[in-house]
Amino acid sequence: MKKIGHMGGKIAKTLIWFAALMVLALLFFIIIHILVKGLPAIDWRFLTDIPRSMGREGGIASTIVGTLMVTAVAIVIAIPFGIGSAVYLAEYTHENIVTRVIRFSAEALAGIPSIVYGLFGFIFFVIYLNLGWSVLSGGLTMAVMILPTIIRTSEEAILAVPNSYREVSYSLGGTKWQTIVKAVFPSASRGVFNGVMLSIGRCIAETAAVMLTAGSSLGMPTSLFAPTRTMAVHFYILALEGISMKNAYATAALLIILIFIVNVAANMLMSKISAKESVKAKR
Amino acid sequence: MKMKKELSGYVFFIFALSAISVLALITLFIIARGAPLIAKVGLFNFLFGMEWAPSQEKFGIFPMIVGSVSVTLGAALIGVPVGICCSIFLTEFAPPALGNIFRPAIQLLAGIPSVVYGFWGLLFVVPFIRNYLGGPGLSILAGAVILAIMILPTVISISEVSLLALPRQYKEGALALGMTHWQTIYSVMLPAAKSGIVAAVILGIGRAIGETMAAIMILGNAVALPSSILDPVRTLTTNIGIEMGYASGDHQQALFATGIVLFAIIMVLNASAQYIVRRRGK
Repeated sequence: MKKIGHMGGKIAKTLIWFAALMVLALLFFIIIHILVKGLPAIDWRFLTDIPRSMGREGGIASTIVGTLMVTAVAIVIAIPFGIGSAVYLAEYTHENIVTRVIRFSAEALAGIPSIVYGLFGFIFFVIYLNLGWSVLSGGLTMAVMILPTIIRTSEEAILAVPNSYREVSYSLGGTKWQTIVKAVFPSASRGVFNGVMLSIGRCIAETAAVMLTAGSSLGMPTSLFAPTRTMAVHFYILALEGISMKNAYATAALLIILIFIVNVAANMLMSKISAKESVKAKR
Repeated sequence: MKMKKELSGYVFFIFALSAISVLALITLFIIARGAPLIAKVGLFNFLFGMEWAPSQEKFGIFPMIVGSVSVTLGAALIGVPVGICCSIFLTEFAPPALGNIFRPAIQLLAGIPSVVYGFWGLLFVVPFIRNYLGGPGLSILAGAVILAIMILPTVISISEVSLLALPRQYKEGALALGMTHWQTIYSVMLPAAKSGIVAAVILGIGRAIGETMAAIMILGNAVALPSSILDPVRTLTTNIGIEMGYASGDHQQALFATGIVLFAIIMVLNASAQYIVRRRGK
């Protein structure tokens, strides 16, 4: 009986190793394939020229600008609301019916598919508020989409701040506001930053919601009210309609590099925090 | 000073209402736009109608419901076991060096745009199925494989967290009783982390049902009941994604109505995941 148990354990362990290595291999295969095919097509001209003949020729400058503008709008709008919500949940209240409803809403928002955000953004921002297909509509839709991420990561970061920080601030006569701004927030800021970086990545990667709200116009967006096409949408159209495989690969490679940079930035700060915390703990 | 304290509390409270108000707005606007069409066609005819022909005013989404369910089930059948294996690997077997590669890799996997997965599926999975298994290649099976990859980060990270959250005594106790490592994992740790893992699976399923752009690229998008997993299908999300660009009038309302159905499914899934997690907390 025990022998069978050992055999089963060995088989299970082998299967688990196999599954994990397979996932890792698959991920590297996907990324390396896109980078190998895409990187050679990326040059200065590709980054700075606007798309010509529907993206068959030219570069992707206008889609890069569009992506950055939509992301910037989303982050600027979502940060005060997201962090404000987190501060309220973590510092100003105890668990009650209101916090439960807020938490439920944030969790529910996190699960809503991006295409439903697209529908909402289209009917609310594009049509009802009459903003049209524009950078602003796309950015506001993305702001709604990343709100739950920012709330959750900020709240976790604030809750992780040791209570002694608050106690010291209060004992020195600090008000609640001073305590939050001067004692709690500096210590939580790196965790908050991590959530913001993840949200930036999400904005860069999003396709469905942005396509329905920012449009797919190839022109250079000159204002917040101009329609735009983000890189992910551009890649989708190039690949699905077979307009230019070369430019599709190059755009995908650039997207992967951007996401990689965003992830590395988020992780580097996080590991710095844990290193710093452990130093503090030793003292 | 008291005034200031109260004032800042109110300001933060107003910010904190943003999540609730946005959720309410989304629910309100999507229902307001889609419900009139469901009322016009009839809920039963809308949900169970077999024909989707907007130009002839026929709005039945049953084939898409079948499409969504079959692709999602397929993705879960492939993605869930692999994902749970990976989370066990990370918590129990991975040498630290490999774990330090694996975790950021999974994070990258989660961050890569879904369209890139769709594109990769179109290049590798679809031709493989067409050449070796038959059919057009664009199929439930292709969608299930790609969506399985896409739900992995959700399943892995949430299962891993619930495995890591177990008290150390569980594992130590089991090992001290003479159980092997695998017996400990299988009969002590996995049952103890069950609710977290179930929540991970539900959220993964939610992600698969909600995916749109990758699905459009690899499912073939035919509005018909599939007879095998090698047939193309259209899902609720792809129906919206494909037709929203040009729909107007009743047709556009029907797409919002499709959105209501999708929204309802996701809310039920999320609420059950939250309920399961909460119950464990008590």
